[in-house]
Amino acid sequence: VTDTGDTAWVLIATALVILMTPALGLFYAGLVRSKNTLNTFMMCLAALAVATVMWAAVGYSFAFDEGNGFIGGFGHAFLNDVALEPREGTTIPHLLFMAFQASFCIVTVALISGAVVERMRFAPFLVFAALWSVLVYAVLAHWVFGGGWLQEAGTLDFAGGVPVEMGSGFSALAAALVVGARKDYGRQALLPHNAVYVLLGAGLLWFGWFGFNGGSGLSAGDSSVLAFTNTLLTPAATLVVWFGLDLMRGRQVTAIGAATAIIVGCVGITPAAGFISPGWALALGAIAALPSYAVIVWRPRTRVDETLDVLAAHGVAGLTGILFIGLFAQSSWNGVADGLFYGDAGQLAKQALAVAVTPAYAFAATFVILRAIGLVMPLRATEHEESLGMDIVQHGEEAYVTGEGALLMAPDGLPEDERVAS
Amino acid sequence: LKLVIAIVRPEKANDVLEALYRAEIRGVSMSRVQGHGGELERVETYRGTTVKMGLSEKVRFEIAVSEEFVQTTIDALCEGARTGEVGDGKVFVVGLERAVRIRTGETDQSAVTPVSK
Repeated sequence: VTDTGDTAWVLIATALVILMTPALGLFYAGLVRSKNTLNTFMMCLAALAVATVMWAAVGYSFAFDEGNGFIGGFGHAFLNDVALEPREGTTIPHLLFMAFQASFCIVTVALISGAVVERMRFAPFLVFAALWSVLVYAVLAHWVFGGGWLQEAGTLDFAGGVPVEMGSGFSALAAALVVGARKDYGRQALLPHNAVYVLLGAGLLWFGWFGFNGGSGLSAGDSSVLAFTNTLLTPAATLVVWFGLDLMRGRQVTAIGAATAIIVGCVGITPAAGFISPGWALALGAIAALPSYAVIVWRPRTRVDETLDVLAAHGVAGLTGILFIGLFAQSSWNGVADGLFYGDAGQLAKQALAVAVTPAYAFAATFVILRAIGLVMPLRATEHEESLGMDIVQHGEEAYVTGEGALLMAPDGLPEDERVAS
Repeated sequence: LKLVIAIVRPEKANDVLEALYRAEIRGVSMSRVQGHGGELERVETYRGTTVKMGLSEKVRFEIAVSEEFVQTTIDALCEGARTGEVGDGKVFVVGLERAVRIRTGETDQSAVTPVSK
């Protein structure tokens, strides 16, 4: 039966997660150069459009319909049989469950754009978003949430460490390799143009994450309270450690570093949110900072222009969180399973399985999808277009336009004064 | 003593700085300006409003040099700023009456010679 309290909370949580996509747009837009502000934001908005439509068409069915261990069937295609009765095993309407899960697919598609901003053309990105949401996101979600083989094998993932975080992170690496580096990468300093956007975006993402993790218990019950509270604790611990790392490395605590730390902490707790104690959540926050920080320092020294470090912030931190469950899950808190330190070494093996297969599938599938799109249309803008900026080239708009010297055009294409004269 | 003024594309500003650096021209100021040369206007649309952007973003370099550096400076500016498309910009050379280095009070020739160390 439907529980009104559970339903009320998941309704709100869904809206919170939907907010994360424009928040990510703001975060990403601040990190790029001003001439690419709108294009970067638009890639995130594109995910809201394309991923939602694809999710309703087939994505939800592939993820959550019964099928085989790898992928769901077509039983819920075009939302067939998705109505107001509670979804099996939950106390919320099936339709709401679908919407809540849709919000995860949307933000994950938006995340990958961080790897290809400032040079990928908009049209092929739309095609990519459509294909990726169905062929990668829905498949990975089926594996851990929809009765797929990882879930059968006992892998625990509370809110999306596998499909969302590792899925986007390792796909981002593949996307960066296929699309290639920006023309000025490694030659010129390519700096964030608005650190305030970055901070505000990170803050709004954290806010939305309370719905992301807190809603993933699909109830207003104990596991949601635990996940919600851990979503406060872990990023706070990551921030503190990140401040320390910044101080040791450069003698100053940086704002963009702080924004990054918030994301890393939120990602780290995502898979573990409802499975570990608040104390271990604090420890996870501190530990998760280390590998992500290392990758962020190391990556720009390579030729790989994974522009906004989706791999470090999401792939690596998600992987850390997934493994952490295998060590410190505690059935006295979660009522489900214990990790190595609470007596079940087997859980760690189940978590390690996900860590082994998820990056491989995400990387390979993304690589093939982008190569295939590249056969049909050029993936990236020309060097000249890249130097003009993607806002003008792809959208015919600028983020910071003054209007000075702009002449109004009449609908038929002639400037107003010429039309009057003729 | 001459003042070399160049109006170039903003996306070529880094290349110009690089070319000037290689030509060992160190005293430079640059500013963002808006201007109009012969280039085709771009059309932008904001909701229902379509506009022709008459002014383009440009970057203006100002470099004070002694006579023997004028040609080097012009060459470096052209090399750094040229794309071959309409809208690459202009270089203007004007006479300069006096120059004073504020720190030392040096004038003219020695004021525009970079400090050697």
